[in-house]
Amino acid sequence: MKEIYLDNNATTKVDEAVFEEMRPYFCELYGNPSSMHFFGGQVQGKVTEARERVAGLLGASPEEIIFTACGTESDNAAIRSALEVFPDRRHVITSRVEHPAVLTQCRNLTQKGYRVTEIGVDGAGRLDMDELKAAVDTDTAIVSLMWANNETGVIFPVEEAAAIAKSKGALFHSDAVQAIGKIPINMADSGIDMLSLSGHKLHAPKGIGVLYLRRGTPFRPFLVGGHQEKSRRAGTENAAAIIALGKACQLADQYMEAENTTVKAMRDRLQDALMAAIPNARINGGGAERLPNTTSIAFEFVEGEAILLLLSELGICASSGSACTSGSLEPSHVLRAMGVPFTCAHGSIRFSLSRYTTDAEIDTVVREMPPIIARLRQMSPFGREFLKGHS
Amino acid sequence: MWDYTPIVKDHFLNPRNVGDIPDADAVGEVGSLACGDALKLYLKLDENKDKIVDAKFQTFGCASAIASSSALTEMVKGKNLDEALAISNQDIADFLGGLPEEKMHCSVMGQEALEVAIAKYRGEPIPEHDSEHDHGHAYPDYEGEIVCKCFGITDTFLKKVIETNRLTTAEQVTHFTKAGGACGGCIPKIQELIAQVLGSEELQPRKRPEKLSNMKKMQLIQEVLERDIRPLLWADGGDLELIDIDGPRVQVAFRKACAGCASSGNTARMVEAKLRDLVAEDIVVEEVSA
Repeated sequence: MKEIYLDNNATTKVDEAVFEEMRPYFCELYGNPSSMHFFGGQVQGKVTEARERVAGLLGASPEEIIFTACGTESDNAAIRSALEVFPDRRHVITSRVEHPAVLTQCRNLTQKGYRVTEIGVDGAGRLDMDELKAAVDTDTAIVSLMWANNETGVIFPVEEAAAIAKSKGALFHSDAVQAIGKIPINMADSGIDMLSLSGHKLHAPKGIGVLYLRRGTPFRPFLVGGHQEKSRRAGTENAAAIIALGKACQLADQYMEAENTTVKAMRDRLQDALMAAIPNARINGGGAERLPNTTSIAFEFVEGEAILLLLSELGICASSGSACTSGSLEPSHVLRAMGVPFTCAHGSIRFSLSRYTTDAEIDTVVREMPPIIARLRQMSPFGREFLKGHS
Repeated sequence: MWDYTPIVKDHFLNPRNVGDIPDADAVGEVGSLACGDALKLYLKLDENKDKIVDAKFQTFGCASAIASSSALTEMVKGKNLDEALAISNQDIADFLGGLPEEKMHCSVMGQEALEVAIAKYRGEPIPEHDSEHDHGHAYPDYEGEIVCKCFGITDTFLKKVIETNRLTTAEQVTHFTKAGGACGGCIPKIQELIAQVLGSEELQPRKRPEKLSNMKKMQLIQEVLERDIRPLLWADGGDLELIDIDGPRVQVAFRKACAGCASSGNTARMVEAKLRDLVAEDIVVEEVSA
């Protein structure tokens, strides 16, 4: 069965050009970039090139790029560092809709005596900027807010938030894992101190991440040991993946316009067609500025896992904010923070597109989705009551 | 992806007996939109009002909830009411070739709906489910103290599920009933209930096996720790972890309230006595700080 892959916020296909770029660095050019000999040196050269390419996409300087193993490591490193460089500041600010890579760490900090404020969002998933302003004080070590939400695609005004953090001397970190490669980002004229990205969300392989660290920002390394990454992240470089990420960033730059025109048009067509064909559905975060590739739609009276599995039978890959997919029992913390009505929080489906998505694939989903929802509503006691009321 | 059996998949993709029975003799409803799954079960009895001749269902929920409902309707057909009542949630799971542990609450929901339907038919008293507090499963015939406020689940019900399914950890109880799955505030209380149920059990006197291979011995040590010892420690807010088994030496580390407790030496001797009693005479329990 050929897959229709609309789960690109979970992970992406490695671009063939990216794979070709990394391929020689396993069996042939396997040297350690830190070695003194020519054999390591030629890998070092490619790592340097990759660092420049990543910096290019971010509008950063190469020395501001620290390669890590994943987005989660970057997030953990940023927050821990801030607490170490500001031992007297005992307050951390984040949002209620962060990725667990940030949220779990912050919640653990409360057990270590830190004060943690989780800023709320409105019904469209927009950050409560007044709450943020009121929360930041001179005890705040770091404010960590995501650039764009993984479930809804809602974009936060991170520059404005960074300025608020700065006004009290706090550091500002953004988990930009979902934003990088989808919307233009320019760190050159930004107030953001630290930023996380993850390779596998932009057509590079899994297992490579970046922590952007603005020049002059105080920093304490998360991993200590060797002198790699200017002693800011010890451990032998994952050279092949770094080289792959460099290529992926170069390609992301080239495809940025398509992402915001072609991909966005397909996303809009998908959600418009589904909203037109299926009654009692709502777009989560529909009223907010969102990533061009993401739409999260809540369908009343049905449960997300059942939808996903019926889609999966047809080769269609999507994801859900429902409880039953994760093994937890409550709908996603993001949808709960947004106050999505309980009648549909369990029935939310996220479609996330990429530059590989085709119009024909969108046609298929638009055709297959309404009967799936109708079938499950027909089976659901609440759906049946609703359908009765409609007929 | 959940590892669903082919039977679960079949009953999800081709559910049997979806719909309603307008002149049903018994109807049972459990669950709600808020808690993420709900089941409405219809039963039709024969002329003698004894045997179930037809069953239909409507389910709001995930694949395993739909499959469990479908399985239940197939299982009850042809049974009389008492036979139907004897169906346990484990029977439903077995019919499906098993369910992932995290999904066992789906089979419990099926068994619950059946009990509610039959109780209503027999005119046994069922307190009306308070729709204002419609935030969890309706377990209307289980009175008692509410333990899990998020899902509205009582101690009586939890004890029954713990006993029937021989659950030993709070995590298992959450998987089976949802209790403790939201805010987690009631997890200590659930652990207490587990300790009560396991403690009050009339355990058949278990005999120490004559001879054990090393592998069997290790397994038995783990089993005794999980089943007989940890629940006792939980009751006092403590816990232990098995660190290593080396011949007769069993190394454990005490956790939570037991860690650093002045009487942990006594606890270690208690563990040793139990293991000697149930596994092998030469066992020595050592406390390590790992």
